[in-house]
Amino acid sequence: MSARVLVGVKRVIDYAVKIRVKPDHTGVVTDGVKHSMNPFCEIAVEEAVKLKEKKLVKEVVAVSCGPQQVQETIRTALAMGADRGIHVEVSGKDYETLGPLQVSKILAALAKKEQADLIILGKQAIDDDCNQTGQMTAALLDWPQGTFASEVNIEADKLKVVREVDGGLETIKIKLPAVVTADLRLNTPRYATLPNIMKAKKKKIANVKPADLGVDVSSRLEVLKVDEPPQRQGGVKVETVNDLVRKLKEAGRI
Amino acid sequence: MSNPLRGEVIRLYKNLLYLGREYPKGTTYFRERLKAAFMKNKDVTDPEKIKKLVDRGEFVIKELEALYFLRKYRAMKRHYYEPEH
Repeated sequence: MSARVLVGVKRVIDYAVKIRVKPDHTGVVTDGVKHSMNPFCEIAVEEAVKLKEKKLVKEVVAVSCGPQQVQETIRTALAMGADRGIHVEVSGKDYETLGPLQVSKILAALAKKEQADLIILGKQAIDDDCNQTGQMTAALLDWPQGTFASEVNIEADKLKVVREVDGGLETIKIKLPAVVTADLRLNTPRYATLPNIMKAKKKKIANVKPADLGVDVSSRLEVLKVDEPPQRQGGVKVETVNDLVRKLKEAGRI
Repeated sequence: MSNPLRGEVIRLYKNLLYLGREYPKGTTYFRERLKAAFMKNKDVTDPEKIKKLVDRGEFVIKELEALYFLRKYRAMKRHYYEPEH
């Protein structure tokens, strides 16, 4: 099959790091904080590489939008098995306001430029939890979408996707080209070990600017304030039901 | 005699050191114990024994990868999914 897969990967604050809000409440502290690839993006890369290993697709291209540092994330994707990378340079203020709408416009433009047949993304990023980029990209390209995928199979020119939905699992068949977003149980991502990272250094990462793709990255959203969630109050133990009723009345709850 | 194996041992050490960056108890903790474990065997000369130790090192690499995956999977599951999932 001559299919080309585009995989979007996002550089986010590592999942295990304790997040701190900046003193001026404009955002969270990112300087000097450990960053890594969004866990759902890892699952997306793994799925694309698996498809290539099964010889169902020919090339896997990893894409990331952001400043110089996102090249690390692209390198991780290359170490996991992607063939080449594309770094869309977005920095400074533009990067701070970069959201799903801008990224999906960029991905749509790249999909057309690279003639991709399939786009695989993580279902959401663990920093903004938007869960919008995949859906918006599909809409911009007018492609079908298989979101929250826990299983993906290529059958001739169609994609069979098993989706995780509230009621259980839903199986759909969609035509290629399509957009798929990866859910937790889609696969087990391989670890990018040092030998793989070394081998991946030979793979190319192309540099592109959003303007080259004809995309305007200005945001229509403005972040007013960022706050920590309220501290959990300690619980109080009571001895009898009457005590409980009395305490609830005191707290004005009943 | 132990020269080709020397390369393997050094490669193993580098790989483990790289993996240690993500160790839950901290990189320094990991590096100290990694160095101690390698130093304990520094006088081994029998190629058979060295091969066995290298295999044990490869096994530890697999264990660490599994540990990291489980940790991440459980964290994601806890953050994003209902308890009965």
